[in-house]
Amino acid sequence: MTTVFFLIFAAIAVLCAINLVVQKHPIASALSLIGVMASLAVLYLQLGGEFIFAAQVIVYAGAIMVLFIFVIMLLNAGAETLTFQVSRFVKYLGLILLFAFLLLISFIVQAMLPKTEGVVFGAFQGGTALEVGRKLFTSYLLPFEVTSVLILIAIVGAIVLARKEV
Amino acid sequence: MPTLPTAVPLSWYLILSAILFVLGVAGFIFRRNIITVFMSIELMLNAVNLSFVTFSYEFKQVDGHIYSFFVMVVAAAEAAVGLAIILTVFKNRSTLMIDEINSMKY
Amino acid sequence: MLLWLIPIFPLLGFLANGIFGRRIPKALINTIAVGSVALSFAWVVKTLLALDPIETKYVEHYYTWIQSGTLNIGVDFAVDRLTAIMLMVVTGVGTLIHIYAVGYMEHEGGYYRFFAYLNLFMFFMLVLVLAQNYLLLFVGWEGVGLCSYLLIGFYFSEQFATTAGNKAFIVNRIGDFGFSLAVYLIVRQFGSLDFSKVFDAAKGMPVEASVGILTTITLLLLVGATGKSAQIPLYVWLPDAMAGPTPVSALIHAATMVTAGVYMTARSAALFIKAPISMDTVAVIGLATAFFAATIGLTQMDIKKVFAYSTVSQLGYMFLGVGVGAFSAGIFHLMTHAFFKALLFLGAGAVIHGLHGEQDLRQMGGLRKQMPIAAITLLCASLAISGFPFTSGFFSKDAILVAAYARAPWMYWVGVLTAGMTAFYVFRAWLMAFTGEYRGHAHPHESPLVMTGPLMILALLSLGGGFINVPHFLESMFVEKAENQGLAWLSAGVGIAGILLAVLFYVVNRGLPESFAKAFGGLYTLVYNKYFVDEVYDATVVEPLVEGSRTVLWRGIDAGLIDGTVNGVGRRSRGVGSILRLIQSGNIRSYAAWVVLGSIVLLLAIGFSGGLR
Repeated sequence: MTTVFFLIFAAIAVLCAINLVVQKHPIASALSLIGVMASLAVLYLQLGGEFIFAAQVIVYAGAIMVLFIFVIMLLNAGAETLTFQVSRFVKYLGLILLFAFLLLISFIVQAMLPKTEGVVFGAFQGGTALEVGRKLFTSYLLPFEVTSVLILIAIVGAIVLARKEV
Repeated sequence: MPTLPTAVPLSWYLILSAILFVLGVAGFIFRRNIITVFMSIELMLNAVNLSFVTFSYEFKQVDGHIYSFFVMVVAAAEAAVGLAIILTVFKNRSTLMIDEINSMKY
Repeated sequence: MLLWLIPIFPLLGFLANGIFGRRIPKALINTIAVGSVALSFAWVVKTLLALDPIETKYVEHYYTWIQSGTLNIGVDFAVDRLTAIMLMVVTGVGTLIHIYAVGYMEHEGGYYRFFAYLNLFMFFMLVLVLAQNYLLLFVGWEGVGLCSYLLIGFYFSEQFATTAGNKAFIVNRIGDFGFSLAVYLIVRQFGSLDFSKVFDAAKGMPVEASVGILTTITLLLLVGATGKSAQIPLYVWLPDAMAGPTPVSALIHAATMVTAGVYMTARSAALFIKAPISMDTVAVIGLATAFFAATIGLTQMDIKKVFAYSTVSQLGYMFLGVGVGAFSAGIFHLMTHAFFKALLFLGAGAVIHGLHGEQDLRQMGGLRKQMPIAAITLLCASLAISGFPFTSGFFSKDAILVAAYARAPWMYWVGVLTAGMTAFYVFRAWLMAFTGEYRGHAHPHESPLVMTGPLMILALLSLGGGFINVPHFLESMFVEKAENQGLAWLSAGVGIAGILLAVLFYVVNRGLPESFAKAFGGLYTLVYNKYFVDEVYDATVVEPLVEGSRTVLWRGIDAGLIDGTVNGVGRRSRGVGSILRLIQSGNIRSYAAWVVLGSIVLLLAIGFSGGLR
C-alpha cells in the first residue's frame, strides 16, 4: 500500500511542478505549487513525520502560499508575454543539461545509499510532536531562539520595505 | 505488471526530491515573472525538505524533521521580506519582468 | 697618547663652521678653521716629542668595526716613523695654507663653506695617514676624494668647475675600483687587513707561492695609486682640478691628497718588494708620467696649469723612487715637494690675487717691481724644484735619480732629461711673470701679510728642508741606497743648464719661443693640446659608455623591460578584470545560470573524487 500511495502522490507532485514551470499566469503557478506542497505533506506522513506533515499544510500551504496569492492579486500580475531573448539553441541545451544533472544526481544517490530496508508507513514512530518538541527545546534550543529573532527581523523588514511613503 | 516492492526504497524519495529540485532550478532560470521565480525557489526548498525527512527516516532520528522545520521557518521569513521587496520594485519600476531590472550592469 | 685628537680637531672645525658658519662673523670662522688645524699640528708635535725616538710602532686600538667570521677589522691608529713624517707635512703645510687662505678668500662668497670643506679634508687625510689597516685607509682615501670633488667644484655656478669636480671624482673612482679589488684579494690571501698582520705574513711567504698573488695585489694597488696620485693613465683630472680656488690646488693637489698614492705604496713596501714585476711597473709608469707631463708643461700658458703638470711630473718622480726600491727617497721627495710645490701654488695665487683673477702668463710681466715678496719666494721655490745645489729639491731628487741609476741606467738618463725640462718650464713661468714689461691691464699689488707670511716660511723650508735627513730617519724601515756624488752633481748641472736655457728664451731673445713654435708647428700643437688625451678618452671611453647607457640600459632595459614588466602586470590585471566584469550583466537570470553551472561542477568534482564519505 505504501508503494502505491507513494507512486500516486509522487506523480501528482511532479506533474504539479511541471505545471508550475510551464504555466504563463502566476496564479496558475501558485495553485500548482499548493498542489506540490500538499502531496509532499502526504509523503512526509508516510515517512513518519506527523508534525512536519501538519506544519507543511498549515504553515507552508496555508500561510506562505496565501501570502503569495495575495501579492499576485495585489500587483495584478498578468500573463507573461512570450519574448524569449535566449536563442533556441541555448534553450534546448539548457534542457539537456538539466536532464543530465538530474540523471547524475540520481546515480550518485543510488550509489551512495546502502541497500537497506525501504520505507513502510508506521515504521518510524519518532516524528511525533512530542519527540520534535523534546529535541527542539533541548538540543536545538539556540537555533530555535535565533529563528525567533529572525522572524522578528523579517516582520520589521517587510513592514519597512512595503509601507507607503507619507 | 511487475510486482511493486512492499517497502518503498529510500532512493526513490531522493530521486523525487532531485526531480523537484531540478524543476525548481528550471523555473528559476527560464521564467521571467519575478513572482514565478520566487515560487520556483519555494519549490526548491520543498524538495530539500523532503530530502531531510528521508534521511531522518534512514537514521531513525528526529533531527531531520527539526532541520526541515527550521527550513520552513526561514522560508517563511524569506517569503515575507522577498515579497515586500517585489512590491517596492514594482512601485518604482512598474514592471515584474526580471530582465528589465538590470541597472546593476557593469 | 690620544692619537684620535689629531684628526678630531679639524672634524670639530668642520662641524662648527658647517653648521653655524652662516651666522657667525668672519673672524670667528677664521679662528675656528685655522685654530683647529693649528691645534692638530701642536698635538702632532707633542705626540712625536713624547714618542721620540720612535723605535717601534705605537698603536692605539679604539673599537672593533667589523667582526665577521674570522675577519676582524678594528679602528686603529698608529704612529711609526713614516707616519711621523706624513703627519708633520700634512698638519704643518696644512696650517700654513689655512692661514694663507684667510687672506686669499677674503672677497669670495661661500666663505664658511670653503673652510668647512677644508677642515673636513684635513680630517680625512689624517685618518688616511694614521690608519693601521687597509679599510680605514680606504675610508680616508674616499673621504679626501669627496672633499676634492667638493672643493674643485667650489664655484659651483661655473659649468667648468662642476664638470672638473665630476671628472676628478669619476676618474678617482676608477682607481678606487682597483684598490677595492686589491683589498678583497688581501683579505682572501691573508685573512686580515691589518698592516702588521699582512706585512708579517707577506714577509714569511715563500717566493714561488707568493709572486703570483702578490703581483696581482700590488698591481691593483697601483691602479688605485695612479688614480689618486694622477699617474698615467688616470692623471687627466688633475689639470682640470685647477678650476678650484688656489689654496685648494696647493693643499690637496700638490702637498697632501695626491701624495696619498705614494704613501700607500711606501706603506705596502713589504708586499711590493716580493713582486718585482710590480716594482718595475711602478717605476716605468712613474718615469713615463714624469717625462710626459714635463713636455706638456713646456707649452702651457695658464700659470696654474704649468704647475699642475709639474705636480704630475714630480709625482712621477716619487713613483720612480718607490719603484726602484728607494722608498725613503720617494718619501723624502714627497716632503720637499710639499714645501716647494705648495709655495709655487700659493705664490701663483698671490700673483693671481694681485692681478684680480688673471691667470694667463701672456698677460703678466715685470711683476717683481710690484710684488717683490712673491717674486723672491717663488724664485726660491723654482730653484728648489730645479734641483739647484743645496736646495731641498737637490737632495731629494738626486736620491731618487741615483737609486734609479743603480736599477737601470737608462732610467737615470730619462730622469735627468726630465729634470732639465722641469727647470726650463718652471723658470719659463717665473721669467714670463716677473721679468720684462707688464703686458696686462690690471693694477698689480702685493698681497697682505697673512698671505705673504706662509710664503716666506715655505720659502725657508724649500731652501733648507733638504737638510732634514729623511732617508736616515727612515733607515729602520727602508734600507738606504748607496750614494753616488758624481751622478748627483751631473743632474744638478743639467738643472742649471735648463735654467740658463729658459733665461735665453725668455729674457735674452724674446722672439725665440715664437720661432721655435713655428718651426716645430705640428709637434707644438700636439703638445700644447696635451697630446689630445682628453679627446681620445672622450671618444673611446666616455662617449660609448654614455650612449650605451642611454640606449641600452636606460631605454632598453629600464624603461622597456622593467617598467614594461611592472606596467604590463598592471595592464594585464586590467585586461583580465575588464573581461571578468562582463559576468556582471545585471541580468539576474544569467547570475542564476552561473550559480547552477557552478553547483554542477562542484557536484561532479565531489562525485569523481570519491564522494563525501
